[in-house]
Amino acid sequence: MAVHSTTPRTPEHEVAPQPGNPTSPADATFGSYAHDTWRKIITGESGVLPVVVGLIVIGILFQTANNNFLSPGNIVNLLVQGSVFMLLAMGEVFALLLGEIDLSIGFVAGISGIIAAELVKGTIGWPVWLALLIALLAATAIGAIQGTIITRLGLPSFVVTLAGLLAWQGVMLMILGNGGTLPINNAFFNGIANASIPPLWGWLIMGIAVALYALLIWSREHRRRSSGLVAPPSSITWLKIAGIAAAGIALLLIANANRGILFPIEGLPWVVLLVLGVLALWSVLLGRTAYGRYVYAVGGNAEAARRAGIGLANIRTIAFACSGFTAGIAGIVYASRLQSVSTNLDGGQLVLYAVAAAVIGGTSLFGGHGKALHAVLGGIVIAAIYNGMGLLGLSAALQYVVTALVLLAAVTVDSLARRGRAA
Amino acid sequence: MQNSPVPPLLRLEGLSKSFGPVHALSDVDLTIRAGEVTALCGDNGAGKSVLIKCISGIFTPDAGTLYWNGKPESISTPKDANELGIQTVYQDLALADNLDIVQNMFLGRELTRHLALDEDSMERQAAATLASLSVTTVRSIRQPVASLSGGQRQAVAVAKAVMWNSKLVIMDEPTAALGVAQTAMVLKLVTQLASRGLAVILISHNLNDVFSVANSIAVLYLGTLAAHEPASSLTRQKVVELMTAGTLHHGIPQEERDHGSA
Repeated sequence: MAVHSTTPRTPEHEVAPQPGNPTSPADATFGSYAHDTWRKIITGESGVLPVVVGLIVIGILFQTANNNFLSPGNIVNLLVQGSVFMLLAMGEVFALLLGEIDLSIGFVAGISGIIAAELVKGTIGWPVWLALLIALLAATAIGAIQGTIITRLGLPSFVVTLAGLLAWQGVMLMILGNGGTLPINNAFFNGIANASIPPLWGWLIMGIAVALYALLIWSREHRRRSSGLVAPPSSITWLKIAGIAAAGIALLLIANANRGILFPIEGLPWVVLLVLGVLALWSVLLGRTAYGRYVYAVGGNAEAARRAGIGLANIRTIAFACSGFTAGIAGIVYASRLQSVSTNLDGGQLVLYAVAAAVIGGTSLFGGHGKALHAVLGGIVIAAIYNGMGLLGLSAALQYVVTALVLLAAVTVDSLARRGRAA
Repeated sequence: MQNSPVPPLLRLEGLSKSFGPVHALSDVDLTIRAGEVTALCGDNGAGKSVLIKCISGIFTPDAGTLYWNGKPESISTPKDANELGIQTVYQDLALADNLDIVQNMFLGRELTRHLALDEDSMERQAAATLASLSVTTVRSIRQPVASLSGGQRQAVAVAKAVMWNSKLVIMDEPTAALGVAQTAMVLKLVTQLASRGLAVILISHNLNDVFSVANSIAVLYLGTLAAHEPASSLTRQKVVELMTAGTLHHGIPQEERDHGSA
């Protein structure tokens, strides 16, 4: 029993039932915190280390091959290219956390883009906000219906969402006609993925976001420290805040540099802010609410969750609805970036990239482990490979092979980490 | 044992349960007192599991009455049992490996503040409960349950059960998968629960464990209660005999030894 005890065991009569952790000292030092963090990383608990290392390696490789890769213009381009992957992958995380899969989200995204594009086109002419809202509602409803079929009829999510993949592709072809294209002429709609935030506004928004994050994290950890709970030392808190501020400043410096060739283009694309907003929303939902806790519990041990009185069917159905909703946002971004929706949209490939992005980012295929952040990081990796190999003039065929190898590597890391946890 | 003016915490009278033609339990009377560990012994198929499932609300008995603090109650769902203060720790423990100790202890009953989880209050209460049970070997209560040893997991499951103002904790084979040191720790935990004034029903095949913690021993034999005696008046030999034959053959104690090193 003394396997983990590094502190001497306290005789039972000396342990009074009082608040505070029974073993760890509340005032953890910088060193012990760093040690714990390292332990988490090597046991695969933190999840993000492999992908961050991978991103650095990819950055160095492509930069040495083509020194345009890390230019501000290309980085911004890469983030915009990757936004659809990141959003779809965030949707997929909900399914993966439950130990399920959602294969339909690529074409659900397509349906969402089509609905929005149809509603804003000249002959119908609905206000753009209403069109986008209805597209998102439709995508959410599709997710909810598929989730209901999966949970109430007890069918495997693989089969139900595979049927969804086929069905929604069919519906898309029906609406667009064979080889059809639906152009979008609405400036706001097209601006989502193509317009940028004016540089000054960008600084203002980033400043407010960083300040809010700093306030939240500082007040939380300060409260924990002052109430005697285990909390990282204040140096770590400041380090986290400094890290986020540095990341924000770096992003804005890159985005606000002039990347135009014929005429100046500067500013952070709105879509990056949209991705960060969705990331914040899902991070809060999964990490800070009872619903999010239940998603992890169901993915980790469904029987334990059931005995704890958690309604499994509802949790699962809502997760598929969230997956559909996120796919709906991705579809709107996709349509906005191309300023049209066409039958070229390959939802089958998109969903495979989404699953790959989530897993590359550190989300487990076996359920119970994953975060929205993983989807964003994995989406950047996929976009970087896509973009970097395009810059080098390598063929699409080679891009597929490299993406496959990265995916295999990620799944291997996931599987090894899982074994490490079980041991 | 019946002359106490205070009614016992739990009294079963004439409890019967059949599954088709199989009489899993027939006419079982059993008294469970607060502050005592009652061991429930019996061979496979004797009805131990059915009995605790009737108490914890998973099965509804066909006949018989259940008195809780002297009042007749009907327990038809696990929720009814929880509301009375009955918690069951099953053999598989029902812990989510990917969640940490605090998250597991509050699973399904999270404290929230403005819709967000109130992690601080949960952590404080969980730490207090673990400390009151003298569970002091965990490195951090924020580590995932996957990283705990078998005994520590058992301790977390027990702490989860006692945190909710429980009055009766039922433990199903808590030491079956544990090593020597961990078994000792879990048994210490069992006595600790009883000394806190809780009633404990301990199901175990291991008579060493039973005799080291139980105040009284109830033996089931083919769905009937063969005996319920203070542990001091029984011996290992007698319990084995009751488990295998249902009665005591006082004349021939030595020959019966072959029956069980159970």
